[in-house]
Amino acid sequence: MDTIAYLKERFEQLQTNPVNQHIKQMRDEAFTEFTQTGIPTVKHEEWKYTRINDFFGKDYHFTTDLKEKAFTISDLEPLQLPGHEEANLVVFINGHFHPELSHTRSEELEIISLQEATAHPQYSVIVKKHLGHSAAYHKDGINALNTAFIQEGVFIHVFKSRTASHPVYLYNITDARNGNIFAQPRCLVHVAQNAQVQMAETFATIGADESFTNQVIELVVEKDAVLDFYKIQNDAPNSKVVTTTHVHQVGKSVANVVTVSLNGGLIRNNLNMVMSAEFSEANMYGLYLGDGQTHIDNHTVVDNRQPNCLSNELYKGVLNGNATGVFNGKIFVRQIAQKTNAYQSNRNILLSENASVNTKPQLEIFADDVKCSHGCTVGRLDEDALFYMRSRGIEEKTATALLLHGFALDILDKINHEGVRTFVEGFITKKLDL
Amino acid sequence: MLTINDLRAGIEGREILKGVNLQINPGEIHAIMGPNGAGKSTLASVLAGKADYEVLGGSVKFEGKDLLELAPEERAGEGIFLSFQYPIEIPGLSTTNFMKTAVNEIRKYRGEEELDAVTFLKKMKEKMALVEIDQSMLSRSLNEGFSGGEKKRNEIFQMAMLEPKLAILDETDSGLDIDAIRIVANGVNKLRSAENATLVITHYQRLLEYIVPDFVHVLYNGQIVRSGTKELAYELEEKGYDFIKSALV
Repeated sequence: MDTIAYLKERFEQLQTNPVNQHIKQMRDEAFTEFTQTGIPTVKHEEWKYTRINDFFGKDYHFTTDLKEKAFTISDLEPLQLPGHEEANLVVFINGHFHPELSHTRSEELEIISLQEATAHPQYSVIVKKHLGHSAAYHKDGINALNTAFIQEGVFIHVFKSRTASHPVYLYNITDARNGNIFAQPRCLVHVAQNAQVQMAETFATIGADESFTNQVIELVVEKDAVLDFYKIQNDAPNSKVVTTTHVHQVGKSVANVVTVSLNGGLIRNNLNMVMSAEFSEANMYGLYLGDGQTHIDNHTVVDNRQPNCLSNELYKGVLNGNATGVFNGKIFVRQIAQKTNAYQSNRNILLSENASVNTKPQLEIFADDVKCSHGCTVGRLDEDALFYMRSRGIEEKTATALLLHGFALDILDKINHEGVRTFVEGFITKKLDL
Repeated sequence: MLTINDLRAGIEGREILKGVNLQINPGEIHAIMGPNGAGKSTLASVLAGKADYEVLGGSVKFEGKDLLELAPEERAGEGIFLSFQYPIEIPGLSTTNFMKTAVNEIRKYRGEEELDAVTFLKKMKEKMALVEIDQSMLSRSLNEGFSGGEKKRNEIFQMAMLEPKLAILDETDSGLDIDAIRIVANGVNKLRSAENATLVITHYQRLLEYIVPDFVHVLYNGQIVRSGTKELAYELEEKGYDFIKSALV
């Protein structure tokens, strides 16, 4: 059975299970949307350079409970981030929240299942208001497909006026040791007024079968809150990942998102910064180092819905081998959003003949008193710098690695959590063979 | 030490050096002067091994080895150092890390042990004093946002760290005020010994008041057309390069 037919069957089955009426209705609408729009093909403007529909011909399936149980704490150990003993852990196995491996350790926050949150006296309102907000930004079937299958998602709430003493680590794990896996993790994060939290998420595939992850995480940032969110992608070549990270700044707030993509088969990241409150600040930094056959696509949207907001965006990429990169950065400035400051830059280095990148900045400005800039560069490694270093006795290979490390460093420096930053830098150093 | 014999070289099919001959012995300071476009920087780049330049003929021997056969990093390993006219800015790499890598790669080339951290830091401190730079500058990204004077001082600092046998200073004085020239020249003079040699490339005589050459050569139209002692530099300063041109006609 192909995946589409399998999805239909599973959806009908899913809807017979008892669930909160609101979620049930959302799923229904989303599945209708999915059947109408389908899996995006390269004819879709937003998916021009990233082909995912091919994979859906394969025999992917959701896991049964049995297979999830196959994943144990000892499997988790090598996938842990530094400082995990104190950190709050959210573990998804094949798209399902795994409560036994997950831990809430900081008293400043709470982690519960989405199901529980919908029945919660305080949280149900938040879920109702914000779950599925990203759909408006994605007129393609892939976002709807995740929503259609919401069941064991996670709700994270950071309490008002509290600063999380330890970060939240989110592990998106697919266990492909026993068949092709289609995983759809789902999260809703609520950073309450004047609260602060650092979150880091990773993606890992174990096993040699095919894995496809379609993740949606929606983050709501309230007035005076600060969110740091780090996405670290260092996955296996048999993994394909589509992520949607939707940050909604509903009050004057600061959101810092750093996306580092190092390894994987196919990576497509959608990052939306919806700035719905005056004087908000959004910082988006990205680093991608692709080699082999890796495909890395970053689509970002900044939606300035209110005046006086500031957004900074810098994405840097190095592509080698047959790797392909895509950067698409959209900045919307609505008519009301006067005094918007929005900066965007994308810089790429191509190291081989066969590596390529498609970069496209897009500005849609409807207000007249704004400062917006964008720019992109695609080039080779700086020959003069290379010669300068070699003339000091440094071998070409080492000089190249040092230059690339320097190129990556200003993005790495945006990771405010020292443990995570050192961890990521370790990967990069190893990748550059320094 | 260095023997340049009938060296011809160019860039993009254009011949710039049209048969240069030069002999440099240990302990000597040579100055090459010449008007713009004479081929001064080309000579420096060819000696350091910049790939953009094509050697069309002649030979360069450095301590008996064929220099033109060696990669830039091997030339550095053999003991050649080029102080760049325009030092390159490298974001995200501190001078300290740059030098740590360079010193150890050169030691590796020579079959020597890597320097341990303590010895390296001690050496750094010693050389920093020589060119009057402080630690904060060495922790910053290499040359990024440095003033002209800071860049040139950093070049001489690197030279001090790498202790070359032959240092080539390419227009080290360009864009520097008198104080910066004095500091840079002072560093070069302190590094001078009976075993090493210096080749100063300059447009003006000014730098040669501080780094006094044993020999002065005039490079004009890709050839050394006159050689002499430091008095030749004064003569050039006084009469200008036109006097060379008219003497040749």
